Amino acid sequence: MSIWEYANPKRFMQVSGALLPWLVGLTLLTLIVGLVWGFFFTGDDYRQGSTVKIIYLHVPAALMAINAWMMMLAASLIWLVRRHHVSALAARAAAPIGLTMTLIALATGAIWGQPMWGTWWAWDPRLTSFLILFLFYLGYIALWEAIETPDTAADLTSVLCIVGSVFAVLSRYAVNFWNQGLHQGASLSLDKEENVSDVFFFPLLVCIAGFVLLFVTLVFLRTRTEIRQRRLDALEARERLA
Amino acid sequence: MIRLFLRDLALGVRAGGGFGLGLAFFLILVVLVPFGVGPEPQFLSRIAPGILWVGALLACLLSLDRIFQLDFEDGSLDLLAVAPVPLEGVTAAKALAHWVTTGLPLVLIAPLLGVLLNLPGPAYSYMILSLAIGTPALSFIGAFGAALTVGLKRGGLLLSLLVLPLYVPTLIFGAETVRRGAEGLPVGTPLAMLAGISLAVVALLPFAAAAALRINLR
Repeated sequence: MSIWEYANPKRFMQVSGALLPWLVGLTLLTLIVGLVWGFFFTGDDYRQGSTVKIIYLHVPAALMAINAWMMMLAASLIWLVRRHHVSALAARAAAPIGLTMTLIALATGAIWGQPMWGTWWAWDPRLTSFLILFLFYLGYIALWEAIETPDTAADLTSVLCIVGSVFAVLSRYAVNFWNQGLHQGASLSLDKEENVSDVFFFPLLVCIAGFVLLFVTLVFLRTRTEIRQRRLDALEARERLA
Repeated sequence: MIRLFLRDLALGVRAGGGFGLGLAFFLILVVLVPFGVGPEPQFLSRIAPGILWVGALLACLLSLDRIFQLDFEDGSLDLLAVAPVPLEGVTAAKALAHWVTTGLPLVLIAPLLGVLLNLPGPAYSYMILSLAIGTPALSFIGAFGAALTVGLKRGGLLLSLLVLPLYVPTLIFGAETVRRGAEGLPVGTPLAMLAGISLAVVALLPFAAAAALRINLR
């Protein structure tokens, strides 16, 4: 029994179908607990007031925006090496979710930045590299949409994902060099000194867990949709031949 | 490979190859900018490095789809794919030809346009140097983008969406070099980074482009 068994679409459908209700429940539970705890049961920051609470959306969304790309990279590599269709479809399914997470991170950041920094947008390295990440997602999705042959599309987007990853990292360091930032440093590093205070830290952890679960749930859901779409296409093609 | 390079060069220079189109675009862009932002010399000289670099980048983008599209349509790309020369070499030769027909003229004409934008005196040498080092990267990244979209009927817009984000690091370090040169600051770091990006791109991206071409030619 190896993990590659789940690369079989049928096995994947069975397992993901069985897991999905649990995932949905767990996602809802952690998100509700985390957000309610964060929004209503933690005090206001003494300088930021209640705007500090946007952290419960901003940080997890930003985290998942990057991790979604990482997951797409892994799935693309698996597709290129082992040719498992589920893998390619999972990468395809994850892209719009990552795009949305990027958008949430940018939007919540702007809403927070307006009262705190006095501006919706600053050409800060972190903000800029997120905008670039957003463009990468757009390009990736557009390439998927543009190519009609499914396998060609999967191959080309995989190549794009790999090259794009290198350039995304490169851009991250390039913009660091290009402009000094307004954005604060890490809020969750293992080095305790830098962290946000514990009052905010624990609900934030729950929210992050909630967002991770949300991402997994959505990827499962969307991958299942993609697989069904494939089957439908195959059926239609067969009928046209008959 | 040399034959192929010369062939692409000839095709590029002769009528219909789009040679000069990029240059004209570059010129028009530089002429339009003062209309948009106003003619104050100090202001223009401040933004000149950025405008020249962005202009070079867009002019380069304009001719990217020509790298593979025509050969793909008339079938010569299929012949090249089965030729004894590896496809990686083919893409490298074609990207190089693209650079000679678009990048190099841009490098040569940039100082002239710098005068129009009131580029400060010490910046000229850095402008030429950074463009000469950076534009090969633009051509090779572009060849990769062109290889990705070669099979598409309306790949032009998609091509720019794919390629422009990849241009970000090159643009940052290139424009930064000129800006620092204009202000008399040391330029070693951005110039070294620019050269590093260029060399890495020239060395590695032909492989990615060839992989994309193989997929598209299947």
